[in-house]
This record gives sequence, C-alpha cells and structure tokens, in this order.
Amino acid sequence: MALDDLYREVILDHYSHPRNKGELPDPDIKVEGANPLCGDELSIFVKLDGGRVADVRFVGRGCSISQASASMMTEQIKGKTVAEARALAGRFKAMMQGQAVSEDELGELMALQGVRKFPVRVKCATLSWVALEQGIDEFESAQGKVTARASSEQP
Amino acid sequence: MLADRVRADFPILQQRMNGKPLVYLDSAATSQKPRQVIDALVRYYEEYNANVHRGIYRIAEQATEAYEAARRKVAGFINAPRPEELIFTRSTTEAINLVAYTWGRANVGAGDEILLTEMEHHSNLVPWQMLAAERGARLRFVSFDEQGMLEVAEYDRLLNDRTRLVALTHQSNVLGTINPVRELAAKAHLVGAKVLVDGAQSVPHMPVDVQHLGVDFFAFSAHKMCGPTGAGALWARYDLLDAMPPFHGGGEMIMLVHLDRSTYKDPPYKFEAGTPSIADCIVWGDAVDYLQGIGMQAIREHEMQLTHYAMRRLSEVPGLRLFGPESPQRRGGVLAFDLDVVHPHDVAQILDQEGIAVRAGHHCAQPVHRRLDISATTRASLYLYNNEADVDALTAGLQGVRKLFSPKPTRVGS
Repeated sequence: MALDDLYREVILDHYSHPRNKGELPDPDIKVEGANPLCGDELSIFVKLDGGRVADVRFVGRGCSISQASASMMTEQIKGKTVAEARALAGRFKAMMQGQAVSEDELGELMALQGVRKFPVRVKCATLSWVALEQGIDEFESAQGKVTARASSEQP
Repeated sequence: MLADRVRADFPILQQRMNGKPLVYLDSAATSQKPRQVIDALVRYYEEYNANVHRGIYRIAEQATEAYEAARRKVAGFINAPRPEELIFTRSTTEAINLVAYTWGRANVGAGDEILLTEMEHHSNLVPWQMLAAERGARLRFVSFDEQGMLEVAEYDRLLNDRTRLVALTHQSNVLGTINPVRELAAKAHLVGAKVLVDGAQSVPHMPVDVQHLGVDFFAFSAHKMCGPTGAGALWARYDLLDAMPPFHGGGEMIMLVHLDRSTYKDPPYKFEAGTPSIADCIVWGDAVDYLQGIGMQAIREHEMQLTHYAMRRLSEVPGLRLFGPESPQRRGGVLAFDLDVVHPHDVAQILDQEGIAVRAGHHCAQPVHRRLDISATTRASLYLYNNEADVDALTAGLQGVRKLFSPKPTRVGS
C-alpha cells in the first residue's frame, strides 16, 4: 500500500490549486454535503442552461481527497448534459466500489482509483458525487431551483 | 525512563507496522494492554468461566469472588469509601446515561438548570440534552479561554439556585486541560447542586481520590487504563444511589418478582441488571494491580515530562498550532494540533505509513472544535509506555507531511 497511490500528483495539484472554487450566485441547484466522520464539508452550486451544466462551482473545507475530488468533478461535468453528469457520477462511484472502469469513461478521475486501497477514505472521494446526485434528484422532482443536503453516509 | 521499563510488558508494541516499529500515540482513544491483563483474561475463560451471583458450584463461586474482588480494587483505585458505591457498567458513556436516566429523571424538572462546559465529550453532553428536552430543563455552558482553561469567573456567574447538576470533564480529551474539580465542586454544593465528573481521561493518568475531589458522581472506564473494553463504572455516594430508581430492569437487580410488581436489591446490584461483562470487570482488577505496581504518581510525572518534551519538539514543526494549556502541570498528555493547510485525515494517513498511530477528526467533541473555529484536529496522546523516540518519530513524520504537501506550481494546461 504505497502512499503514492493515494497522493497522486494530480490530486495534490487540485488540492493546492482548486478549480472552479467559489460560490455561484443564483444557482439552480445548491447542495450542502458533509462527511460526519471526518468533518469534510462542501457546497456545490450548479447553473443549468437547456439541460446542460452551464457552470458549476464549489466551496468547502476538508481533506485533500474530498476537495480534490470536488475540484476534478467540476472540470469534468461542465458542459455535460444532466443525464451525462449523472451517468459519470454512477461510473465514478462504481470505480470507487471496486468495479472495473475504463480510462475512456473517467479520464483524469482515474487518479482517484488509488483511494480504494484505503477504505476509510472512499467516502472522502465520493462526497462531491453523492452530493451532485442528490442535488439532481431533488431538482428533477421539484422541477425548479433547490437547496439540498447530502451526506457521504448515503449509498 | 519509566517507558523503557514497561514497554516489554505490552506485546502489541513489539509488532512492526509497514516494516517499522509501531509508534502508538492514541491512548486517549484506548490504551494498549499489558501481558498481565491479557493472561488474566485467558485464565478466566480457561479456568473458571461461569456466571456470577447464582451458581453454587466451585467455579461459579470463584467467578463471583473474582468479580467482587475487582469491584473492591477498582473502588479502592479512586479511593471510594465503600465498594458497594461502585456500579459496573459497559462504559463511561453508560455510567453517565445511568445518572441521566435515573437520578436525572427523578430530580430535574421544568426550569431547572444543568451546568456543563464547552469542552465536554459528546458522552457528557448528549445525555443531558436528551434529559433537558424531556424535562423542560435548561442547559448552560462554561466556556474556555485561548489556552483552553475553563473560565472560572463565568462558572461562578452561571451557578445559581436553579442549578441542579454540574457535569464536567476532569481532563479534556482534546485540549488536555485538567479542570479544578475540587474547587468547582465545593462551589456547586453551596447552591445545592450535585456534581458529576467524567473521569475517562483522568483516572488512567494521575492519582484520583473521589473523596478529596468532593464530587457526587464519577464515571470512568477500564479500556483507557490498560484494561479491556466492555467495562466501565459509576461511583456515587451511597445515599444518592439508595434513593435513585433502578436503570435497566431484569435479572440480577431484583429481590422478589411478581407478575405485576417487583422489589429491588440494594446498590450496587440494583443497577446491574443482566449478566455483566464478567471477564472484563475481573481483569480490570488486574489492570489496577498493574498500574498500582508502577504507581500513579510516577505515571503522572513520566507523562508530564514527556508532554513537556513533545511540546518542545512539536514547536519545531513550521505551521503547527498546538491547542490547550502551555504548562504541562495544567494538562495531560493529550496533544491536539493543526498543521497549516494539511487536513488532519491526510496527516494521519501519511503518519500511518510510518507506523505512527494518531487520531484525526473531532474526537467526539464537535463543540470544542467549533469553538476553536476548525473542523478537525490531529491528536497524539501519550501513556506510560511512550518514550522520547515515539515523539521524535512523530516530529519527523510531520516534517514529511509538510514536504509532501508543500504547494507546487500549477500544471501546464490546467
């Protein structure tokens, strides 16, 4: 179990230089996510336009894995349709649960694969994705702007 | 050094982690166990495992006698006047809940106040929140200063004739602060309040005398003092226990049972329904023997010295902010800290690769962290078997953490 598997350079880079960090005014979806075990906290803001993620940002504090994962997520889903973003969240979670996934599907997110070897940290990596899914679910059932809450304890 | 004499007693410390010696710095969560305690546990299961207080055969008598001998030893360890005042529970948490459910429900009413501190472990906070919600009582809180010392002037102001109970920790599990329990208890009694002390973090590390402290209820547990998990205790003055209603109902705690009513035994049995953690309570007595063989004052002095050394070494790590009192006289060997931008979970993860066990998170004390305005801390905690080499390994490990996390320029194309 090498530490290099966990702290890949790309992860430390996203942690030191988070992308799309900050609040987004008047978002369509706002989700507050928390990992009660370690106190990771993050809020995700999504602006939609014609069924696509027009903009997405996050704010939060927590460990390098949770914050880097959120930063990478914002880069990956910007411009995608809501359905594509949801599908990507599903594939990412599948990878973290140990299923085989291809680099074509996940690209840079594959860097987080090493987290699987450290089971207690998996929830750190999935927090932003679980929050995104929760936000999309509530947005679709409300058919309008929502503020949702999510916890990494959710499946 | 004391640690060098006792280390050989702890089999787990002979192990290697990731090819490196185990540096165990999480004794505030649970202590390691000496060979003497492990052997006693095996001896019970191999030689005289039987239920207590009800058999007439040889090994049942032997188990009962060992269980009661352990009660006398554990009671004697905190200088309780009578062994019947010591109730075996599963944990410190259960001991505090016992008081909340029995004494609390009988004695706390609408408008009454329970005075707590902002440095409590969740186990000495949540039971009182539940009781206050049920009874319409009010919780009030004494804060702490920049050094983690309780604001005694605020305590004096908050104490009043509506205060029914003062519940506080003897030693904070995050800040390490040792509270002036004797002084605070005397003041509480002047307004007629009872005093409950959470001794989970103090009893393993210093001489404790409940008569000298002058408190009413004292809760602590075995597993933080070289004993097994699954055994805790509540000590309380006999007259209080005698007046309190039972906690759990069931076997062992009754005199006569009819279909519609029962009569109860006297303390401590009134509060020990069901089969207790027999083996764990018995070998808690062996843990007491072990610690007394070394001497609690010697352990306290060793930890004060090592805490002093650790505080000096940790201050060499750039960006490290240590919480709690600056003087080792006023604190225990619990060292919670913050390391610039590196989250405690990352700190603990990297230290683990070096074989160093520390805790990361809120340590079941979220309000303390909120008060310090941080989400989590890394905590290293010391015990009799820790030495300067452990502290040196921690310091070197933290330098490594800093190196890994020192920001590099953004990658091209990002």
